[in-house]
Amino acid sequence: MSGLIKSSIARKVVMALSGLFLVVFLTQHFVINITSVIDPETFNSWSHFMGYNPLVQFILQPILIAGVIIHFVMGFILEIQNKNARGVNYVKYKGGANAPWVSRNMIYSGLVVLAFLVLHFYDFWVHEMAYKYVNFLPEDPTRYHEETVVKFAPFWRTILYVVSFGLLSLHLWHGFSSSFQSMGLNNKYSSAIKTFTKIFSVVIPLGFAFIALYHHLNPITH
Amino acid sequence: MKLYLKIWRQKDANANGQIVDYTLDGVEGDMSFLEMLDILNEELVSKGEEPVEFDHDCREGICGTCSLQINGEPHGPDRLITTCQLHMRKFNDGDTIVIEPFRAKAFPVIKDLIVDRSSFDRIQQAGGYISVNTSGNTVDANAIPIEKHAADAAMDAATCIGCGACVAACKNASAMLFTSAKVSQFALLPQGQVEAADRVQNMVRQMDLEGFGNCTNTGACEVECPKGISLENIARMNREYLSASVKG
Amino acid sequence: MGILDSKIPSGPLADKWTKHKNDIDLVNPANKRNIDVLVVGTGLAGGAAAATLAELGYNVKTFCYQDSPRRAHSIAAQGGINAAKNYQGDGDSPYRLFYDTIKGGDYRSREANVYRLAEESANIIDQCVAQGVPFAREYGGLLDNRSFGGVLVSRTFYAKGQTGQQLLLGAYAAMNRQINRGKIQAYNRHEMMDLVLVDGKARGIIARDMVTGEIQRHSGHAVVLATGGYGNVFFLSTNAMGSNVMAAWRAHRRGAFFANPCYTQIHPTCIPVSGEHQSKLTLMSESLRNDGRIWVPKRKEDADAIRAGKLKPTQLGEEERDYYLERRYPAFGNLVPRDVASRAAKERCDAGFGVNKTGEAVYLDFASAIERYGKEKALTSGLKDPDKETITKLGEEVIEAKYGNLFQMYEKIVDENPYKTPMMIYPAVHYTMGGLWVDYNLQTTIPGCYCAGEANFSDHGANRLGASALMQGLADGYFVLPYTIGDYLSDDIRTGPIPTDSAEFEAAEKGVRDRMEKLMSGTGIHSVDYYHKKLGKIMWNKCGMSRNGKELEEAIKEIAELRKDFWENVKIPGTIDSKNQELEKAGRVADFLELGELFAKDALHRNESCGGHFREEYQTEEGEALRDDKNFKYVAAWEFKGEPKDAELHKEDLVYENIELKTRSYK
Repeated sequence: MSGLIKSSIARKVVMALSGLFLVVFLTQHFVINITSVIDPETFNSWSHFMGYNPLVQFILQPILIAGVIIHFVMGFILEIQNKNARGVNYVKYKGGANAPWVSRNMIYSGLVVLAFLVLHFYDFWVHEMAYKYVNFLPEDPTRYHEETVVKFAPFWRTILYVVSFGLLSLHLWHGFSSSFQSMGLNNKYSSAIKTFTKIFSVVIPLGFAFIALYHHLNPITH
Repeated sequence: MKLYLKIWRQKDANANGQIVDYTLDGVEGDMSFLEMLDILNEELVSKGEEPVEFDHDCREGICGTCSLQINGEPHGPDRLITTCQLHMRKFNDGDTIVIEPFRAKAFPVIKDLIVDRSSFDRIQQAGGYISVNTSGNTVDANAIPIEKHAADAAMDAATCIGCGACVAACKNASAMLFTSAKVSQFALLPQGQVEAADRVQNMVRQMDLEGFGNCTNTGACEVECPKGISLENIARMNREYLSASVKG
Repeated sequence: MGILDSKIPSGPLADKWTKHKNDIDLVNPANKRNIDVLVVGTGLAGGAAAATLAELGYNVKTFCYQDSPRRAHSIAAQGGINAAKNYQGDGDSPYRLFYDTIKGGDYRSREANVYRLAEESANIIDQCVAQGVPFAREYGGLLDNRSFGGVLVSRTFYAKGQTGQQLLLGAYAAMNRQINRGKIQAYNRHEMMDLVLVDGKARGIIARDMVTGEIQRHSGHAVVLATGGYGNVFFLSTNAMGSNVMAAWRAHRRGAFFANPCYTQIHPTCIPVSGEHQSKLTLMSESLRNDGRIWVPKRKEDADAIRAGKLKPTQLGEEERDYYLERRYPAFGNLVPRDVASRAAKERCDAGFGVNKTGEAVYLDFASAIERYGKEKALTSGLKDPDKETITKLGEEVIEAKYGNLFQMYEKIVDENPYKTPMMIYPAVHYTMGGLWVDYNLQTTIPGCYCAGEANFSDHGANRLGASALMQGLADGYFVLPYTIGDYLSDDIRTGPIPTDSAEFEAAEKGVRDRMEKLMSGTGIHSVDYYHKKLGKIMWNKCGMSRNGKELEEAIKEIAELRKDFWENVKIPGTIDSKNQELEKAGRVADFLELGELFAKDALHRNESCGGHFREEYQTEEGEALRDDKNFKYVAAWEFKGEPKDAELHKEDLVYENIELKTRSYK
């Protein structure tokens, strides 16, 4: 097994699987978030469920965090390996002639998304952890919607979020479809899968950006 | 036409190299790129300078000897050809052309534009064959009918000429397209099934040992491949590798 | 018989090879481990021989000047490989293949060798399929065949237009398997500089590491030369830039006889020369002649107008075209053997009907094939009354499927679309039937020195049929040499390793070093290529598609003068002890300058026309070759005597017991 994980192909599969897992999480996250625009009460109840269900809290949440860590740590390892594989750099390298920009710069779109995650964790997750496990405040199933909307009051945060979703979109544009190739799927269904992944990688980040902007433009006034 | 050439010169494997500028006049469109370099070399020799060394042999695009990164692309700007088939009509009077060796840690420079691609040989030696004796005591060729589609797909994979353009083009200097072409050829044929699991594992292990980078599916290799070897082969190799690993 | 003992086994033709294999001595497997064999050249013949010898248990070292065995020029063979499988049920048999080859070679090859080749041909296909060579197949999953020039059956197996590549990669894979087992040590980027004889036997070689410049000694109990042909003596040829005669010529200087050097094949379908800068010529597979029709304008005025760029070939109607092969040879038409097709093209161009700027080109036209295939395709696709455009489109698709890569190659080089305007072709030097003389066992006149593939002279007589070179290379390498060499090596089971510190190795190494130093000491006026091009011009003009006594005599003189000039004035930058491509080229050109002279001498002595050797003095009134079986039914094997012009002729009489000698007719 240790031999397997050292091989280039196995590492790619790890990237693909962890990436796909994160895509699934992203979808679920989006579904919950969009309710904050449609129906704040549903949003509150779903968020409360996610925050206090022991299965989600103590099993799924650690898996998710592990998934994120594996994806970016492996990404870094591969990036370093790949940089080394060139040896001496070209004086002139015309990467744009044969491969799209997004595919060649996954590390940068990934880094931006990672930086965003740090902010995002600080904004919501750290807050939640402090609320529940440091300050031991009482359960309040109605607080989530307001807390969320308030976060998007500052213009700078909203913009940071929107920009990050843009980079996320680029990252997904190459990464989502590419994960199928990494796992060996390239057949007659591939073009359909590819189309789906491209639509997904535009629609979902766009949706997230919409939610952020919506809350910024519709602050709670009372 | 008149051209400004920027060519990588390096005395030997251990020396430091650098780009040297040359101006070449009287280049014609009907010349091949290598014939253009021949003329430059004639000039250099007549001046008593050492000519620019580059690998080449068949000069008809099949042996895979010629290489060259031309203006940032392996085998130059044209598609589905090798450097020896690139003609000067693709360039204009006054153009500057940067000529470098294929770059990869697994392709160390030997001299000037010549690189050592023996890492490719070692990948093939690790398993790029079917273990039949060459004594001729085999079954009749038509005793193994092969579906035309499979035979054609195997042939498409088998047309790889081992030039290394895939590695040179890849931002990661990955040799996946090269390795997968051979794995695919045998994976598609019934004769190749018996050793399929060992073959893919051994070849991938050797590929990794040589210091090639990882595949990040940018597709640059497929675009630059002079023989149009498809990315499908990489997917097939990934599949073969995974199933071989799962089986243990 | 003289000194030349061909060692042809007795008995009926069909039994000779089987009987011979039963009679010869073998080396037992345990003893094979104590025997070293050096194989120089790793193309089809060398690669196949190395793989099989290693598999049998011998310790093999291979040498090639390329950076990998996979790059040997066998790779460039396009069309296919013949085999008497009779899969098409069109009456093929080993005898028929044997007969076609002897006839195609204009009755100048050895019956026994050719029959053995025909016998083994079927084996090759079985072997290659087992190795995973992806030959073309029909929809039923069985192997497909096409037909080639000079024969009346379909027996050519192919892998698109890359048959040589696939077969070579098969042999390379077989080699790799043995390298992985440690039975072959591959010395790539190494060039053989000399053959070392100890007590009259070939016992090793001196090689140069082309990366470091290091001179190395390698010893073995036998040496196999499989170093290809010498077509590059013409400078412009379809051979690879590096193809050379050095190994064979070094062996010749050491005592191996050189046979029939003047038998050169000029291939009819190559892309014409475009200018002075040209470094090599590109072949378009002969398979194109299956569907292409060759023509020139009927009227000289039209040819002039085309050359001047005032007229396009497509503007000429059917009645204004001269399909000269169909006219002269109605039975075989465009599929006459290569020598006949080449000479016919030269005849038309010399008469002023040539079509490109230089006047040295004829048309190869696919218009009628496109129409024929288009109609057929329309019919099978159920299209009723298709218009001309649809037919053309469908037809072009069929042609693309068959020859797409060749058409693409043509368009890249010439910058014209061959689907729309006829291709221009002209003959070019392609293959050399001559080579080191070998006996039935493929042994040269030096004991322990064997020669296989194009480098030997054995199977193709004065002209080779299409798709037979691959067949011979693989038959020699896989199925003949590994067994016949055992007969010789069986005497060496107690010899032990051959030491490389003997006086013979010492002297040979010194000779190699001295020769290189002499080359480097030239006063330095002209580059190596300058001399090579000059030699090529002499060869092409005076020893090319047609030759005459006067010009051959001139050629001998001119080449000797050029050689003298070369040794005094060649300019080679760099050093001996490092990578030096100019020095590599110089060593090869120096040998071509000797071979060229012997070539002309051989052509001059052969007062007849046969196969690729056409002497203007010996032709019929219709311009067909006039063979002289009474005086020249022999192999001319030349013994080195100091200068090429002093070479001594030995004759191996060719005995035809199974075939009646006839005038070759393709009418």
